[in-house]
This record gives sequence, C-alpha cells and structure tokens, in this order.
Amino acid sequence: MSEWTLFEVFIRSKHGLNHKHVGSVHAVDAEMAIENARDLYTRRNEGVSIWVVPSASITATASDEKEPLFDPSEDKVYRHASFYELPDEVGHM
Amino acid sequence: MYAQQVETGTKAIKSLAEMGPEERAFQEKIDAEIKIEAKNWMPDNYRKTLIRQISQHAHSEIVGMLPEGNWVTRAPTLKRKLQLMAKIQDEAGHGLYLYSAMETLGADRDEEIEKLHSGRAKYSSIFNYPTLNWADMGAVGWLVDGAAIVNQVPLQRTSYGPYSRAMIRVCKEESFHQRQGYEILLHMMRHGIQAQKDMVQDAINRLWWPSLMMFGPSDAESPNSAQSMAWKIKRHTNDELRQRFIDQTIPQLELLGCTVPDPDLKWNEERGHYDFGEIQWEEFYEVLKGNGPCNRERLETRRNAIQDGAWVREAAVAHANKKQKQQAAA
Repeated sequence: MSEWTLFEVFIRSKHGLNHKHVGSVHAVDAEMAIENARDLYTRRNEGVSIWVVPSASITATASDEKEPLFDPSEDKVYRHASFYELPDEVGHM
Repeated sequence: MYAQQVETGTKAIKSLAEMGPEERAFQEKIDAEIKIEAKNWMPDNYRKTLIRQISQHAHSEIVGMLPEGNWVTRAPTLKRKLQLMAKIQDEAGHGLYLYSAMETLGADRDEEIEKLHSGRAKYSSIFNYPTLNWADMGAVGWLVDGAAIVNQVPLQRTSYGPYSRAMIRVCKEESFHQRQGYEILLHMMRHGIQAQKDMVQDAINRLWWPSLMMFGPSDAESPNSAQSMAWKIKRHTNDELRQRFIDQTIPQLELLGCTVPDPDLKWNEERGHYDFGEIQWEEFYEVLKGNGPCNRERLETRRNAIQDGAWVREAAVAHANKKQKQQAAA
C-alpha cells in the first residue's frame, strides 16, 4: 500500500459550508481515492461533496514561519467590530 | 488501553532546566496545552512513543473486528446482523483514521502492519479472547467498547494534533457501539428464556476481568506512564481510568440484573468509589506475550487476509496504470 498515493480528503457538509479537511486515504488514483473517502468519511451523512488532493500537491506554511506570518495581525485590534464602542442608543449594529 | 504498554525510552523525566532550548520550547507548548503538529520540532522519543501508541491503537481496532466477525453469519436476526456489520465497519474506519495519524509522524503503514503480523507489535489483550455465544456480542459492545470510551474520551485532548483529531472522530461513533451492545443484553435479560439469560451472565463472567485488564498494568507497575503524562500523550493514569470504568458500569450491571465474578466488589462510601478484587496480572502478561486463547488464530487470520487480498491490490494498480495510459494516448 505504501506505493499507493496518499490523498487528503475534504468534505462539504449539507449546510453549504466550505469543504473541510477530514483526513487522508491511500489509493491508486483519484477515482479510487473518492470511493475510499466516501466509505471512510461519509458513513453517517457527513457530506454532500468530496474533494481529494494528492498530499504531495499541498504547499503548506512551515512551522518556523508562524511568527513572521501571523504575529503582524495580532496587534491590529481595530480590525474587529468589538474595537468600536458605540452608545447603547445605537442598538444592535 | 487499546495501547496497554507503550515504551517511552525514558528513564527519568527531565526538568525544564535540564532541556536544550528546542526541547524546552516543546515542553512549554505542551504545558500551555498547545497542540503539537506533524511539522513541529519534537523529541525523538516523543515521536517514537506516539508511533508505538497510535500503531498499537490502530492494530487493536483492526484485530478487534475479528471476534465480532465470528458472529456476522450467526446473528439471530437481520436487524442484529446489519447493526453488527455497521459496527465492524466502524472499527475498520477507526483503524484507518489512526494509521493516517501515525503516518503523519513519518511511520510507514505497511511496515507497521508487518510488525503486527510478525508478532513484533502489540494490540489490546482483550481481542485474544474467544466470543462463544451471542451474548458475547452484547458484552463486547457494552464492556469492551465501554472501556474504550473511558480511555478515548480523554485522548481527544492528547497533545499530538492528528491523534487528537482522530480520537474526536472515533468518540463520535463509539457511543452507538456501546448502546447497541447493552441493548442486546437488556433484550435478552427482559425477553429471553432462562437459557438466554444464562448466556448473558456467562458472557459477563468471561469478559469482566479481561475488560478491566484493558486499562493496562497498575500505575506502580507502569514506568512509562509518567513520561507519557508529562508529554500529555496520556491524560490520566491506568488506575484512574479503570476506577472510572468500574464506577460507571456497576449501576448498568445492576439494571441488567447480573453480577460480576468478583466477590470483593463493593461500594466504598468513604472513597466514593467501588472497591474491587485483585486483577490476575500473570494472565495479562501471558496474553500480551502471545499465549492467550486466540492470539495465534487472530494473527493467522490477519496474515491470510493480507495474502488473499494481494491480487486485488495488484489488479487495482494495473487497472489504474492502464487507464492512465489510455488517457495519455487519447
């Protein structure tokens, strides 16, 4: 099985949300990967759509890049709605 | 518990001061409950311990299908047969989630399965006991899956991200297993003839002690526990989990109207827990060494399954190659 390709599996649930990563499967090709993913990850109505992507095709951020990539957004509190204080009379906004 | 004895390769737990900068940063993340992910730096022994634990856990799910497979063709009704097949299919799924989590650590699935088949890897001792009557399917679901739940619920918070996510998925599915098992027993006790009620008691008598052994050796005998807990791979000691299982199971046993084969079992008001008798650890170690009632049969069944399926895997590869060539030519 090791010579089979490793695929990452993404599933969209019924409610129209984004496809979400759920795990991985081994398969000889993409078609079999879909079949295996269907058997493994949708036994209880978990999804209405499956994507499979060869794991080797995914480019990911490296763990040592975490600070330079993500820290800059930490001090930008003004990007959140809760930063703006409005009087109660405004009501829900 | 599905991984009963996991070697951690550590003699004594290091303090933060004794660690190098990388290891200290790693331990501080663990202490702060930040999940470790596949690409993060981790100590070699943490990686090896996880591979051992997750592979043992996966092997247990896969071998765990065999005692139940014994009853697929013998289930008393079509309803029970469908339920049993659904449960067995779940176990296969759980094994696959876990092998995937293990692979993120750089382990090779085929190599680890080969270790199982050659007897070099462990799996839970419980699956080396035979399933002799239909009530065993109820008792396995109720006691064995029940013990598995007690172990796996805290593992949802284990420090390694992919293992934790696999456990969350497994736990969602596991309560169906326990409920269907208990329902089988309850049905036999409430609607069965005396012979069927006797089967329930017989199944509990045989599976009670092996179920308690699923949690692994007592903490005092488990030198690897402390390291696994410092790494937050394990979140509770074996004895804590065993006690929790007993405390929640005895009221269910009483509702069935059955007993367990332990004359020392009794509620201890002062402790707020049930006291229970001495576990026969010699039996546990013998089963772990390969000398349980079904060890040889289980491994032989697994080896045959892999060998007999080889042509299917080869055909799948040949078919995929042919399709690829046709597409390239078109």
